[in-house]
Amino acid sequence: MSVVTNEDSAHPHHPFLQHHFEDLGQQHEASTLGMWMFLSTEILFFGGVLCAYWVYRIMYPEAWSLAAEQQNKLYGGINTLVLIVSSLTMALAVRNAQLGRRKATVGMLFATLIFGGGFLTIKSIEYWQHFHEGLFPGAHFTWNEVPALAPKVQLFMTFYWSMTGLHALHMVIGAGLLIWMMMRAWRGDFGPEYYGPVEIMGLYWHFVDIVWIFLFPFLYLIPGPHHG
Amino acid sequence: MADEHAHAPHVHVTPMWVYLAVFAALAAGTLLTWWVSTIDLGWMNTPIALVIATTKALLVILFFMHVIHSTRLTWVVVIGSFLWLAVLFVLTFADYLTRVWQIY
Repeated sequence: MSVVTNEDSAHPHHPFLQHHFEDLGQQHEASTLGMWMFLSTEILFFGGVLCAYWVYRIMYPEAWSLAAEQQNKLYGGINTLVLIVSSLTMALAVRNAQLGRRKATVGMLFATLIFGGGFLTIKSIEYWQHFHEGLFPGAHFTWNEVPALAPKVQLFMTFYWSMTGLHALHMVIGAGLLIWMMMRAWRGDFGPEYYGPVEIMGLYWHFVDIVWIFLFPFLYLIPGPHHG
Repeated sequence: MADEHAHAPHVHVTPMWVYLAVFAALAAGTLLTWWVSTIDLGWMNTPIALVIATTKALLVILFFMHVIHSTRLTWVVVIGSFLWLAVLFVLTFADYLTRVWQIY
């Protein structure tokens, strides 16, 4: 049986160092860069929807602000704060991984999962209410305050459901990634030399937070009808 | 704490107070944007909301996402992606905002 001898046995490779990288530092830089490449596609993905949103907001300012009055600003505001707290706990999870604090890493990832779940719970309550108010676009759409503007308000609600829906889908994927990272952190995979996966997962989570930072004012806080 | 840097000289561990300060700024920004939206400032409401949201996003990118300590190549990708976003918006609105024959 032949034995691979091209590795210095005095300095064995880190178990998570991929063979095509020189060292863990290079591997970490490459994965950070790769994640940002992916995030740039995500920025343009959400950017496309936002751009379409602004085209119609400029066209129909009155309908947009009337439609925004249908939103529950309190739920939206609380959810923004919940998501910001989850971003803080995510950042602290990365910090604890860097410091090799295993249980604190798992704990902070779990806290992030809880706050993310809280966000989705509040969002579900909003969805349920909108659905029962007849604010879901389609055959059963009912909004009669200003009948002439109803089709435009329906257009706003189409943007509302698709933008918040895409955002919520990203949160659900993020929750799955958090559970995966919790298992790896619990296993003791991470420490000062190797914490890349937690960091990369954090980049994703913070990006999703940034999307909401824009969705909150765009969908809940539109100025009054007379100065769109 | 002293032991925080002992094991990993090459890892940049952001001090705790930075994370807490950024969090406080983000929470304050959220309350501010909500409060400003309750005041009628005419056409100024929308630019103010955009400035607050952009500032919050910048804080998250620089500190929570550690871009401030990233390599220059990462900076290029980050700035590049927002440049493409700007191209998307500028070209789109160079069209829509100059259709004088339509009444907006």
